[in-house]
Amino acid sequence: MIKRVLPPSIPLLAVIALMEVAVRQGWVASYLVPTPTAILKAMVESRVELAEAFLKTSAGALLGFALSTVGGISAAVLLSSSRTIQRSFYPYAVFFQTVPIIAMAPLLVIWFGYGMRTVVASAFVVSIFPVIANTLTGLLSTDPALRDLFQLYGASRRVTLFKLRFPAALPQILTGLRIASGLAVIGAIVGEFIGGQGLGSVVDVARTQQRVDKVFAAVLLASVLGLALFGLINLISAITLRRWHASEQS
Amino acid sequence: MRVKIGGVTSLQLDRVRRSFPSGPTVIEDLNLKVDAGEFLAILGPSGCGKSTLLRMIARLLPPDSGTITTSPQHPRTAFVFQDAHLLPWRTVLDNAALPLELQGVGREQRYAAARAELAQVGLADAEQRYPAQLSGGMRMRVSLARALATSPSLLLMDEPFAALDEITRFNLEVQLRELWCARGMTVLFVTHSISEAAFLSNRAIVLARRGCAVILDRPIDLPAERTHALRSDPRLGAHIQELFAAMEEE
Repeated sequence: MIKRVLPPSIPLLAVIALMEVAVRQGWVASYLVPTPTAILKAMVESRVELAEAFLKTSAGALLGFALSTVGGISAAVLLSSSRTIQRSFYPYAVFFQTVPIIAMAPLLVIWFGYGMRTVVASAFVVSIFPVIANTLTGLLSTDPALRDLFQLYGASRRVTLFKLRFPAALPQILTGLRIASGLAVIGAIVGEFIGGQGLGSVVDVARTQQRVDKVFAAVLLASVLGLALFGLINLISAITLRRWHASEQS
Repeated sequence: MRVKIGGVTSLQLDRVRRSFPSGPTVIEDLNLKVDAGEFLAILGPSGCGKSTLLRMIARLLPPDSGTITTSPQHPRTAFVFQDAHLLPWRTVLDNAALPLELQGVGREQRYAAARAELAQVGLADAEQRYPAQLSGGMRMRVSLARALATSPSLLLMDEPFAALDEITRFNLEVQLRELWCARGMTVLFVTHSISEAAFLSNRAIVLARRGCAVILDRPIDLPAERTHALRSDPRLGAHIQELFAAMEEE
């Protein structure tokens, strides 16, 4: 436990200490970077507002992430079912990924209105592509000899999908979900900037009030949310892969 | 010991031809007849089409022209690949039971059959282990048990022991020969090893580099029971010499 916690804790504590000293000594202006103690104070003072915002952002990010997981895996299964379908639709999935979410967010407000639906849509749009790309790679990388084996024993396409291609693709699917989990939080925050709620809204309002300490507090909570989602996927990965995949056996 | 060969044709290939897509003809007008219960070793240079031939016999690949006829009394075919190709997320028992599961055999019945085959290959104690926890030789024995679980009448083996160390390979050769003697199935065994072909089979063929024509077809008249002592027998040496000469000409 100590071996896991200690290495990332040392640079964190060093950065916190450096921030505190640098701002107190006047090396960095306090209206640019607040001291860690000021951030902590802002967190305590605005705890109710931040807690409510955190819950709203969590709900938006989680819903968007859940939709990305279901939609992304389903899309990848469909794309992997035929070369023609893949050639017809995959380029558009890639194109979709290249459109910056900040440019799309106003459109989402027009389509879905202010509030949760825009936040969920934003989180979904940003996080679906890694799920599609990684799941598709996994589904298309099935060992040809094992495909032969399933064919030899008369397995249907459905059985081959669920008993061979899907479990074999699980490590890549989980990699896609790890990337998507962080992106879903980013997407939710961007959606909240425009859609007006949650931590994104707190950041936006605090910025106009020049409350850098509160901006940092909200950003910190958004990071905690991202880390929690990432940790959840890591836990699922450890449970499902620990017996058979090298990535979880070291 | 039950060795009964001849009388019934297990497999017949008539003027079989196969090309790679937009590539050269790999197999050109191949004729081959294999009797029921025969252990046929297939030798030939790399790339001559040995694996393609096995895949066509297994109905995993259709011939461009010609016919492949298997005896209607012997419809069950099993395949053992060069590597064990086990499903890493399944236990040894679940891997051995896989073909029966794909064929819709009930849980208890397929586990009973798989356990019996695992016991045959000396892995009764390893049924709850995962492939990652096994040595290369053990994995290959699971692969063999998986193939035998369906009680095949035709067993196709594509260089199954090529990746193993010599001691493991020698032991598995003896074990395979015992299993073949006990069951009377037809075996087609593709190998690069001349000594392995001579030691295991009761008939060996050498295929040409171009067109996969049979350039040598010899019975291997050695005792039915093949033990390690036979490896230093001059009769085995004579067969190896003859097969070596044919291979060298190619």
